[in-house]
Amino acid sequence: MIKGQNMFQKLKDKSKQIRIQTLEIHKKVPETRVASSLSAVEIFVSLFYGNFLKFNPQNPQDDSRDRLIISKGHGSICMYPLLADLGFFDKKELDKVSQQGGLLGSIPDPTIPGYETINGSLGHGLGVACGIALALQRQNKTQKVVVIAGNGELQEGSKWEAAMFAAYHQLSNLILIVDSNKRQMLDYSENILGEEAFEAKFKAFGWQYFEVKNGHDDEEICAVFDEAFKFKSSAPKVIIVNTLKGKGLKSLENNPLAHVLSAKPQEIDEAIKEIENA
Amino acid sequence: MRDTFFDHLYEAMNKNERIFFLTVDFGAPMLDKIRKEFPQRSINVGVAEQNAINVATGLALEKYIVYVYGIAPFVSMRPFEQLRVNLAALSQLRRLNVNIISVGAGISYTMSGPTHHCLEDLSIIKTLPNFELFSPSDSVLVEKYFHHTLEAQTPKYLRFDVQNLPPLSSKEFDIKEGFRLLHQGTNSKLALISTGFMSQKAEKLAQKYDITAIDLFSLNAYDKDKLIKLLKDTQNIITLEEGFSASGGLDSEINFYIKGKNIINMGFPKQYTFELGDREFIHSLNGLGVKDIENNIERLLK
Repeated sequence: MIKGQNMFQKLKDKSKQIRIQTLEIHKKVPETRVASSLSAVEIFVSLFYGNFLKFNPQNPQDDSRDRLIISKGHGSICMYPLLADLGFFDKKELDKVSQQGGLLGSIPDPTIPGYETINGSLGHGLGVACGIALALQRQNKTQKVVVIAGNGELQEGSKWEAAMFAAYHQLSNLILIVDSNKRQMLDYSENILGEEAFEAKFKAFGWQYFEVKNGHDDEEICAVFDEAFKFKSSAPKVIIVNTLKGKGLKSLENNPLAHVLSAKPQEIDEAIKEIENA
Repeated sequence: MRDTFFDHLYEAMNKNERIFFLTVDFGAPMLDKIRKEFPQRSINVGVAEQNAINVATGLALEKYIVYVYGIAPFVSMRPFEQLRVNLAALSQLRRLNVNIISVGAGISYTMSGPTHHCLEDLSIIKTLPNFELFSPSDSVLVEKYFHHTLEAQTPKYLRFDVQNLPPLSSKEFDIKEGFRLLHQGTNSKLALISTGFMSQKAEKLAQKYDITAIDLFSLNAYDKDKLIKLLKDTQNIITLEEGFSASGGLDSEINFYIKGKNIINMGFPKQYTFELGDREFIHSLNGLGVKDIENNIERLLK
């Protein structure tokens, strides 16, 4: 983890930059899932710029890397500017999202350096990560396996099959980070299947539980990540990060349908201005 | 058949530390030995087929050779989307050696009814790009195929019968060609093409009528040119499978690639069988009994 106020300011600036670039991509490619990409900005920024993850842009499949499984694939468009910024691929690709011949689609796949698995379909990431974590443990390797999932995705039964497996097999090298933006495709999640009650569920399944109250505060995220990543326990760890779907885009921030909505160009320009001036 | 396979797997696990075995809460006598001797590389994932495939994917991404063992309808259909996304699609971008050992081909769980009959897997697995589909008709094939499961960096679905099917009389053949000649008939009027258990029936009928019988055991990867050449002078073909007809299984494969012949497709009509009886009884209820096949043969030989 990075330390000191200057470093937190750096993370804040980076989150600002990534959020603006994510909005710029959305302006050009309205079919990108902007709301769930905006809720995850600080999570990804903290992971990559806060020294929580080991990665190698020159050799993305470098065996010494930590494995990052982005299970909520379509809600990770913010990864594009981030990966470009870190040198995983040419920044010019950001101008060609969803264009013929381009590298970056409206849903990411593992042809993109930095992505490990196919993530367009929900509910797969945690189980695959369990297999990776198990393989690393059996070989006494110390790399971590970090999964980014959405809260809606946790309605998939496959996630809970994996949750049982991870706890029973003591996959202590596995960290599940939930971008908990409280919404899914058509509504607030509690209006669809009731209270999510992640703390009670994960604890009952034998996981070590952590929570970030404000998932847009880089300092709090880093503090909780630091505690969780260092926590010595045989149990897998889950970090629920409370976020706001559509963060930065006023028209989506409180809209139950934010997931499927696109923002108008003018709204995006206003949002960018607001973020720049904040 | 699975016993033959597990004997080889045990030997291989002894020599190669990169082999991992997962079972979906499904047993076999030899598995006790595997579990006991390789506790670090043998896991019962529980009654959780989706997770079994996902965990297998993760292990394979880390370069393990993975075997997943389960009951045919459950290990093929419950996690179909995991097979599709994490094995078929992902293996186009990453090397993944995952072998699904599926037991209960066709109606080999004869008395257990529609949930345990598996008449769809030939069709649905065959639709998946990058997947090999192995449908053996005896333990000789299983033995010859085993080495391939260690070597080929691709997902594979191995469709095993519950019964230990006796060795067929086929002479020397190359497992890589994906099919074998069970009987070379002197009469070029008719050839039988079958897979799995139906090849056991086909061989006997081919000998009785002195017609050609071909066992197609690798439905997604076989030497098409060689098969077409072999059937050059054949006028009529009967396809035989324990699978739903006209649904993308063996019949579709032959109808699509073998042109200019009169082809009769014999499989299960598209309905589930709730009646109880032995395998031949269930076959005859569905128009696949020995008598039904003989009627077609005799009609075509006239």
